[in-house]
Amino acid sequence: MSATTTTTDRAAGRSYPEYSAPLWRRLLLTRESAIIALTVAVILYSLANVPNFDGPLTLKFLLQDIAPILLIALPMTLVIITGEIDLSVASTMGLSSVLLGVLFEAGMSIPVAALLALAAGLACGALNGYLVAYVGLPSLAVTIGTLALFRGIAEGLVGTKAVTGFTDTWTDRATGTIGESSIPLVMVPFAVLAVLFVWLLHFSTFGRGVYDIGLNDEAAHFSGVPVERTKLILFVLSGVVSAFAGIYFTLRFGSARGDNATGFELQVIAAVLLGGVSIFGGRGRLHGVLAGVVLIGVISSALRLEGVTVNFTNIVIGLLLVASVISTSVLTWVSSRASRMSTPASSKPSAQSPARAGV
Amino acid sequence: MKLPSRRATAFAALVLSGAMALSACGGDDGDSGGSGGGGGGGGDSLTMLPKNLGNPYFDTSTAGAEEAAEELGISIEEVGPEQASPDAQVQYINTAAQQGVAGLIVSANDPTAICDAINEARDAGTKVVTFDSDTSPDCRDLFVNQATAEGIAAKQLELIADQIGGSGEIAILSASANATNQNAWIEMMEAELESNPDYADIELVDIVYGDDEEQKSFDETEALLQNHPNLKGIISPTTVGIAAAADYLSTSDAKGKVALTGLGTPNQMRPYVENGTVEAFALWNPGDLGYLATYATKALVDGDITGEEGDTFEAGKLGEFTVEADGVVVLGEPFVFNADNIGDFDF
Repeated sequence: MSATTTTTDRAAGRSYPEYSAPLWRRLLLTRESAIIALTVAVILYSLANVPNFDGPLTLKFLLQDIAPILLIALPMTLVIITGEIDLSVASTMGLSSVLLGVLFEAGMSIPVAALLALAAGLACGALNGYLVAYVGLPSLAVTIGTLALFRGIAEGLVGTKAVTGFTDTWTDRATGTIGESSIPLVMVPFAVLAVLFVWLLHFSTFGRGVYDIGLNDEAAHFSGVPVERTKLILFVLSGVVSAFAGIYFTLRFGSARGDNATGFELQVIAAVLLGGVSIFGGRGRLHGVLAGVVLIGVISSALRLEGVTVNFTNIVIGLLLVASVISTSVLTWVSSRASRMSTPASSKPSAQSPARAGV
Repeated sequence: MKLPSRRATAFAALVLSGAMALSACGGDDGDSGGSGGGGGGGGDSLTMLPKNLGNPYFDTSTAGAEEAAEELGISIEEVGPEQASPDAQVQYINTAAQQGVAGLIVSANDPTAICDAINEARDAGTKVVTFDSDTSPDCRDLFVNQATAEGIAAKQLELIADQIGGSGEIAILSASANATNQNAWIEMMEAELESNPDYADIELVDIVYGDDEEQKSFDETEALLQNHPNLKGIISPTTVGIAAAADYLSTSDAKGKVALTGLGTPNQMRPYVENGTVEAFALWNPGDLGYLATYATKALVDGDITGEEGDTFEAGKLGEFTVEADGVVVLGEPFVFNADNIGDFDF
């Protein structure tokens, strides 16, 4: 009985509901853990039941397929946590893909062309960021506009043809694996970026600012968070990483086309939301998002191996996304009800506690 | 104390119901896919990978492939992306490699972009036959060609010249701007218009792209007629495009004034031929194409042919075929459909 009283005491002392539970519960009973558990469950189920899923090629193809989404999901998570959105990522990919092709065709080496394509991605991101952060336009409108704009430029640059014939050493790097393992080489830059973004979001002042902006950007502004600069940096990061994903995509398929990566923005945003990031901003963690990307990749891969049509795969992923959004609302409702019901019980001891402290 | 336990229950319920929903879905497919997968283990399972699903042209070619597979006593499974893009197709080629199917029959969305994936599948022991739309010759074993590009380009020009009386403005309504086939045909038609004195009075004024989407093709047709008031004819070398263009023409003032021809399927074009919007159009039989591709793949899998020039194989009801240079097998001449013969066809 006395133990219970102390816990309730401590719970009442904290103003954040997240800190009201013991550490193990806070770590395990989160949305992120739920999505990771679901991902692991789906992987185990597929290994046991889907023919050829345990084959040697599965991991390689799976990681190659989701690599661009994994990459772009990193900056997208931060952008969505600030309450903004970047719909132009796939068009930026397309533009960097086409630029790489056009510059390569003009006689440049792949590294130089790739650097210029990254610079173009930076410019795309800076345009988005400037319009959203400094002009103050809604990011949904701005990035729908640039989605069409960047795609239009990309298709205009190459017209109806595709640039092919990239240097073999580079296309082999895009499709190759680390040594004899089945981990694609692209996972190396991804791992570096993932560490960087985890540090940026979860272990830096900048990251605290990102959450603050998402919760209330005026309050963030008045508490000293550089709101405009933070948003600009995030959109620039999104542009550069998208351009990098576009370069990878081009070299993997050895083909630079204006319509490369069309529709990827929806897959990225779906994975981010599935991973527990709130579309209203202020909530979400990167490990959940990465699990979300892997979950979508595993489901698609397993269903393809089963010979299920792509429409059915989309239905499954769509339902999962809707279920994940609904579950958030249901959980909020449940916990608010629960806390309301528990308030009378905990109010007595907490009312007494100052007196006790005084004695 | 109520709060954490309730939340724990809710989370557990979420995870479990999510996992169960997924495993339930997977379970259903496990049963149906299990039989297909079991066939995949044996040596005689083929995968049919069209450019995209839900396209009547490829539905017909798959039906032909299934007919051939039944005659040969082998299993064939159709898979494919929703949109005709090479990156989506690569995922299905990868899947075929993972499954280790005996043969893959594919209509390529890009001549080079899917090559690496095809080569990986071939390394895994899969025979790869392209049909309808080819890849680079070095990354497949055989290409089953519906008709030579020259034959198709020539036939469409012949039809439109005949229908507009040999002079006037024409335009082309194509599929997507990157479509391999359509671009090759358009290039040849342009060259033929330049060089052939019979077509000296015919001017190609525009090429537009409907992306093989009905609505977009419909809108592009409307725009063509507005931008070119003197237009006398439209060539649409794609089945989706010609049907959408015919749909637009049949309800507009231009019906009967602007000629329309190209490549179409009889079932889609029947109403427009019957109401006089379209006089004649061309095509091969996609069902025969899928049928021939399946026989060719089976001959490769069995080792009867290797794809060398001069190899011959039997293709059931279609008779004997010979492999030509670069591993190409040609189905035959394009066929012209008009009001007299359209009733004989159902695809």
